[in-house]
Amino acid sequence: MALSVRGLTRTFPGQGGNAPTLALQPTDLDVAPGEFVSILGPSGCGKSTLLRIVAGLDRPTGGSVTLNGRRVSGPGPDRGMVFQSYTLFPWLTVEQNIRFGLRERKLPEAEMRETAARFIARTGLRGFENHWPRQLSGGMQQRTALARALANDPEILLLDEPFGALDHQTRELMQELLLEVWGSDRPEARKTVLFVTHDIDEAIFLANRVLVMSARPGRVKAEVAVPLPYPRDWTVKTAPEFGALKARLMGEIREEVRKAALG
Amino acid sequence: MEPLKPVSAPLRAALGLGFFLLFLGLWGLVTYGGYVQPLFLASPGQALAAGWTLFTEYNFAGDIGMTVWRVVGGFLLAALLAVPLGLLMGAYKPVEAFFEPFISFARYLPASAFIPLLILWAGVGEAQKLSVIFLGSVFQIVIMVAVIAGGTRRDLVEAAYTLGTKGSGILRRVIIPAAAPQVMEALRLVLGWAWTYVIVAELIGAQSGIGHMIMDSQRLLDTGQMIFGIVVIGLIGLVTDFLFKALNRRLFRWAAL
Repeated sequence: MALSVRGLTRTFPGQGGNAPTLALQPTDLDVAPGEFVSILGPSGCGKSTLLRIVAGLDRPTGGSVTLNGRRVSGPGPDRGMVFQSYTLFPWLTVEQNIRFGLRERKLPEAEMRETAARFIARTGLRGFENHWPRQLSGGMQQRTALARALANDPEILLLDEPFGALDHQTRELMQELLLEVWGSDRPEARKTVLFVTHDIDEAIFLANRVLVMSARPGRVKAEVAVPLPYPRDWTVKTAPEFGALKARLMGEIREEVRKAALG
Repeated sequence: MEPLKPVSAPLRAALGLGFFLLFLGLWGLVTYGGYVQPLFLASPGQALAAGWTLFTEYNFAGDIGMTVWRVVGGFLLAALLAVPLGLLMGAYKPVEAFFEPFISFARYLPASAFIPLLILWAGVGEAQKLSVIFLGSVFQIVIMVAVIAGGTRRDLVEAAYTLGTKGSGILRRVIIPAAAPQVMEALRLVLGWAWTYVIVAELIGAQSGIGHMIMDSQRLLDTGQMIFGIVVIGLIGLVTDFLFKALNRRLFRWAAL
C-alpha cells in the first residue's frame, strides 16, 4: 500500500467550557500506488480533517498514518496538496509559484526551468507564466496550484475540494484536466491521489474507488468501487453504469446529510 | 451623489485642489479684509514674503535640511530595530508574549514628555533629537508590524509546508513577502507622526531646524515666518507621502493590480 491509515481519531478540545468534539471515529484507510480514491461526505463530517492529518497539517488524537512505509509526523513535500481556498503566493508569478517547491529543494536553475515549463504546458497555462495570481480566474489559479503540487513530484497528491469554489462548467473542465495530468491513459505513470469532495458526480467521475463518510463524528461507512474504464471523458457521466453508482451513493449519503442537518 | 460611486480622475483632482483654493481664499479674506490683526495672523502674501527672507537671509534651506535629516535618521534607526522585531513577534508567539505587554505600555508613553530627560541624558545635540524621533516611532512600528505579520494567511503558510518549506523558511519565504506591502504602509503612516515629534524636539533646546525657526519667530512676533514654516512642514510631508506611495506601487505591483 502507498498510504495506510490505522485507527485514526481526532478530538477537538472543547472551547469555553463546551464538551470536546469527536471529529473522527477510529478510521482505517488504504490506498494502493497509482490509485485514485475519492472521499465523499456531507459538510463537517471530518473528511477534510482526515486529509489534513494525512498532510501533517493537523495532528491525530490517536492512530497512525504511514506513507510508503514511513510514519507521517508532520507536513512534507512527499505529500503535495491543493486546497479549496486559493493558496497561490500572490507576490509570485505563475511560474515562480510552480518553482516554489523546486527552490526549496535547491535544484539547478536549468532543471527548475525545464520542470516548470513541463507542468505549465501540461496544465494549459502557456502564455500565463508571468501573470500574478490576482490576474487569473479561479480555474486558472487552481490549475497553477495543481501544477505547483505536481512539479514537486510528491508520492501522493492530496486534494481538498480543489474545485469547490469554481462554477459548474469550469469545474467539469478541471475534472477532465485532473484525470489527464493524473495519467488516465498511462497507468504506469499515475500518481496516488486522495480526493475529498461532497459532490457525488465528481467523486465517481474521477476515482477508482469512492469512500463514503458518515456524518460527524466521521467514519468510513461504505466503500464503492468504480469499474468505469479510463480514460474517461464527460460522456461517462451519462452512462447507465454511472447512473447506477450515483443512485447507490446518493442513497448512502442522503441519510448522512439528514443526520448532519438535524445535528 | 450616489453612495460609494467612484469619481473620475480629473474631477477628483479638481475637487482636491478646490479645497486648497477655498482655504487660501478664506485666509486671504480674513487677513486682507482686515478682520484679523496682522499681529496674530499674517496674510498669504506676508507669509510668502517672510519665506523669501527666510531663504535669502536666514539660510532656511539649512534648517530644512537639519530637520529632514533628524526625521529620516531617527525614523530609519527606529525602523531598523522595529521591523525585524515586529516580524519575529508576529511569527513566533513566545517572542510576542515576551515583548508585547511592555511595548503596548511603552507606546503610550508620550515621546515629547521624554524631552527633558533626554536633554539630561544626551544633551541638546543631535543624539537627543534623534532619540525623540526614535522613541516616538519605534514602539508604534513594532506593534503594527507584529499585527501585520501575525495576520499572515494560514492557508499560505500551510501550502508552503506541503511544498517542503521548514522552520525559518516560513518566515523568509511566506511571512515576510506577504507582510511587506502592509509593513511599508505602516512605515509611511509612522513617518508622518515622526514629523510631529521632530518639531516638538526642535521647539526645546535646539539651535537649528524648522521648529527652532518657528520658536525664534514667536519672539519676534513674526506670524508670517511661523506660518511659512508650518506650511513648509506640510509640503515636505505631502512630498514624502507621495514618494512613499509611488515606491510602494513600484515595489509591490502584485498587490495593487
